[in-house]
Amino acid sequence: MNQLQNFTKGFIKENPVFVLILGMCPTLGVTTSALNGLGMGLATAFVLIMSNIVVAAVKGFIPDKVRIPSFIVIIASFVTIVELTMQAYLPDLFAQLGLFIPLIVVNCLVLGRAEAFASKNNILSSAIDGAGMGLGFAFALTLLGGVREILGGGAIFGNKFIEGDGMLVFVLAPGAFLALGYLIVIIKKLRKTA
Amino acid sequence: MAKTESTFINMLLTLVIITGVSATILGFVYEATKGPIEVSKMKKKNAAIEAVVPAFTNNPGQESYDVEVEGGKVTFYPAKNGDEIVGYAVETYTMKGFAGLIKLMVGFLPDGTINNIAVLEHKETPGLGDKMEKSKSNFSVQFNGKNPETFKLSVTKDGGNVDAITASTISSRAYCDAVKRAYDALMKGGKK
Repeated sequence: MNQLQNFTKGFIKENPVFVLILGMCPTLGVTTSALNGLGMGLATAFVLIMSNIVVAAVKGFIPDKVRIPSFIVIIASFVTIVELTMQAYLPDLFAQLGLFIPLIVVNCLVLGRAEAFASKNNILSSAIDGAGMGLGFAFALTLLGGVREILGGGAIFGNKFIEGDGMLVFVLAPGAFLALGYLIVIIKKLRKTA
Repeated sequence: MAKTESTFINMLLTLVIITGVSATILGFVYEATKGPIEVSKMKKKNAAIEAVVPAFTNNPGQESYDVEVEGGKVTFYPAKNGDEIVGYAVETYTMKGFAGLIKLMVGFLPDGTINNIAVLEHKETPGLGDKMEKSKSNFSVQFNGKNPETFKLSVTKDGGNVDAITASTISSRAYCDAVKRAYDALMKGGKK
């Protein structure tokens, strides 16, 4: 597999949300608007890239039996860095996502890539894998957030284009499941025909 | 490169080194972001104070004091123009929101009239309860210029004077509860 494929697989072919169905908690929880989805996606992408790089760099030194706790510590450190930085410089976004940022630690996507990819590949491939997967995740969250925002609020990225309320159920929790379900169907269909 | 064996001493060393390095890095990041976090919190609070009371010349953040009411306390930020008090910004809260805690900054004129209200923090449902935010609907405007002495702080359904947000009676009730708490505190010795 060349590096380009390694990068692009995260978008459609192995998209973490639509195909691997990983990281469902933030996916369903924060995607009430496209902007929230994008912010959460980028935060996760950063953690994913950095943790993949570090895990790939230190994998030789870590004894097998303690590899999971070691990965968790590495991931948790990056998540805390993101949390503090966001709180300091992007307080508005942090106010929206606050609760979900620490939960990136337990996002199975991040640990999943560390375990399944970074611990078996070199630093460059791991960084590219992290970037592809992370941006794929961000793409999926933005798409889902956008769909919910359009249907639920008649707006996109906060810009209202329809007066009134829209179908509120899409902004509420059940709408997350509905929108995600239909998006998965559409992506499946696309993958079959492509 | 050969994989490190999973012996006790190796595992111990690995975990100690990894946690040690992580803790050190986080310590530095914490130190570096502590200042900006304080500043951004302060800025937000000051913006809220400025929004709810008439123009002032002092620094209300430095003259704040707490007043106890019904098992909790609210924080007062007196706004002064020279030596004369022009209003009180009261940071109040309620736990009765649809999703729990709601924090408001309520601005009173010295006679107890509500000048303006800003929402500091809430987790209400987007599209329903979040209409309590000024940018999303006119709900909060109806309080402006009203004195709770004559303006009953509960929704019309409960016999009050407040028009609730459509389909968000719980959020509206909670909002009234928070404003009432601020008013009670003001009357109970918040004035200075």
